Amino acid sequence: MATTIDQVFVNLKLWAVGLFPAAWQPLVSALLSIIAIIGVFATLFAITTILERKGLGRIQNRYGPNRVGPCGILQPMADGIKAIIKEDVVPRSADKLVHFLAPVVLVAPVFLVYSVLPVGRNMTPLDLDAGVLFFFAIGATTELAVFMAGWASHNKYSLLGAMRAIAQMISYEVPLLLSTVPVIMAVGSLSTVRIVAAQTGYVGWLPRWFVFTPWGLAGFILFVIAATAESNRSPFDLPEGESEIIAGYFIEYSGFKFALFFLGEYLGLFAVSGLAITLFLGGWSAPLSFLTWIPSWVWFFAKLLAMIGAFIWVRGTVPRLRMDQLMNFAWKFMLPMALINILAVAVWRYLPAGFWRWPACAGVVWLPYLALGRGLAGSKRVTKRVYRYAA
Amino acid sequence: MIPLSHYLLVSALLFCIGLGGALTRRNAILVLIGIELMLNAANLNFLAFWRYGPRPEALTGMMFVIFSIGIAAAEAAVGLALIIAVYRHYRTTEVDKLDTLKG
Amino acid sequence: MQWAFNIVAVLTLLSAAAALSLRNLVHCALCLAGALGGLAVLFLQLNAQFVGLAQILVYVGAVAILVVFAILLTRGADFSKQPALSPSWVVGAGVAVLVLGSLVAAIRTMTATGVLPSAPPLVAVRDIGARLMAEYVLPLEVVGLLLTVALIGGVVIALQEKRR
Repeated sequence: MATTIDQVFVNLKLWAVGLFPAAWQPLVSALLSIIAIIGVFATLFAITTILERKGLGRIQNRYGPNRVGPCGILQPMADGIKAIIKEDVVPRSADKLVHFLAPVVLVAPVFLVYSVLPVGRNMTPLDLDAGVLFFFAIGATTELAVFMAGWASHNKYSLLGAMRAIAQMISYEVPLLLSTVPVIMAVGSLSTVRIVAAQTGYVGWLPRWFVFTPWGLAGFILFVIAATAESNRSPFDLPEGESEIIAGYFIEYSGFKFALFFLGEYLGLFAVSGLAITLFLGGWSAPLSFLTWIPSWVWFFAKLLAMIGAFIWVRGTVPRLRMDQLMNFAWKFMLPMALINILAVAVWRYLPAGFWRWPACAGVVWLPYLALGRGLAGSKRVTKRVYRYAA
Repeated sequence: MIPLSHYLLVSALLFCIGLGGALTRRNAILVLIGIELMLNAANLNFLAFWRYGPRPEALTGMMFVIFSIGIAAAEAAVGLALIIAVYRHYRTTEVDKLDTLKG
Repeated sequence: MQWAFNIVAVLTLLSAAAALSLRNLVHCALCLAGALGGLAVLFLQLNAQFVGLAQILVYVGAVAILVVFAILLTRGADFSKQPALSPSWVVGAGVAVLVLGSLVAAIRTMTATGVLPSAPPLVAVRDIGARLMAEYVLPLEVVGLLLTVALIGGVVIALQEKRR
């Protein structure tokens, strides 16, 4: 029974593909995967917008949207209808073609990267031998879309936002890529399916997820920080800081194109969260050995929602960074730590399995972390903030 | 299947587009773009010969392309840094205006 | 497969030609990204998965962005009224056409047609990695050194004016 529910979508797809003549089957199979990806993740986008607005509202001591439908849960539909029926304004001085292409170039690759994420047992639309590389290669094209949007609008705020966004994305892409290298070294494969398979066993009750090793924990933290910056989420939301440059690179977009930018941003967030789950949190495997009866895809989406919840929480509580702090953090802290983490996994790999490789590997990560932290703090004295009020 | 000569023709055309651009345009950045295209045309040739060669399992052509991509990235970075440095000094990026030897 | 190859090849060549003939430099850079992406698809068609993806990551993700930054930093986007072509463009175009002619002639008289193995060679990323660490370890180190030198060199060159 448990396996039937676990494999229900796989069997459903097999049955549907079987209805077609053999020549059509590859095409039908691909189309079904595409429809499933678009349907599921667009729905998740709708759910996330309402979760985020409600959650942020609670953090900021207000209700959030509560007018449309019971408790406001139909708010995303209202937002969607509003976006579609709004007038699509294109500035007169804008570069019309590039202005039109930018949202398309932004959203299409984001949907593509989902094809290598294993969302459940046997549920990877495209099992590539170089899956992780595919993810990053396709993901890298969004930078160009951001530039196109910012430049084509012929607006100084949008150009400024685009330059900030590209500088930030390039800077954080380096630690993002490097923090995945330990996992690839430990598994010995770039295939996402194999990476998940390497984490499926249990030690007693506990799972063998990579996040529970010293290098895995460090890698996970680095990856999540870099992922937050890559998807322009708070506290790294300088490119679209509302109070500084209004909305950054998509300021001159309205109506459906604006909604596309919004969609692209959230889908990018889901995609990197999905990759973090695949690389460090065991993909679709259950967190405890006696919970394996729950279908694998439930676990993947539960983990994804937990990650999203954490991102919303961070957004509600952490203030925005300054540009120089952002760059210093990327190049002086994240990059060295990611490189040291690669060394740590080498130590882990070549020490014999047993108790001693735990403290050895933890030391390789922890001591440079302390040294870097102390060194970068330097002569700066961090003291308790003093508030001065007008008399 | 696609014959080898088709890949070679595409590569030759791409090389000549790159060459023509690098020789005729005045802007230094476009000259660099032309050079990049020529490098990539060569990469396409390497891969085509690798795929249609007698021993594809030796991976020689593919390795050449991997190293070529790495070197091209370094070349682009240094080349563009040079162009920016030149621009700061002469306030132009047009190659035929950079005709003085005195700094 | 033939039609897919034709479409990709024509698109790649067209955007390469556009990258070197348009007046607006930003459009040139965007077309360059298109051409390099098309080339990556051709690589993928040749069964070179790793190289094709690396091509997208390096060229579309990094080199195109670098070019765009350089264009904006040198004010190339507000293109002048001056001619885009150099005075001796006829010579340059002539050389390009000559090279094309000789290359095409060489390809047409080619006797080796190349034998396509019936089963495409399955190249695992693992094999590439193993080769890089065994036979090609010296070139790999040299490329690593070159990239480091390029990184430092780029920073030094771009910083130069600040000392005055």
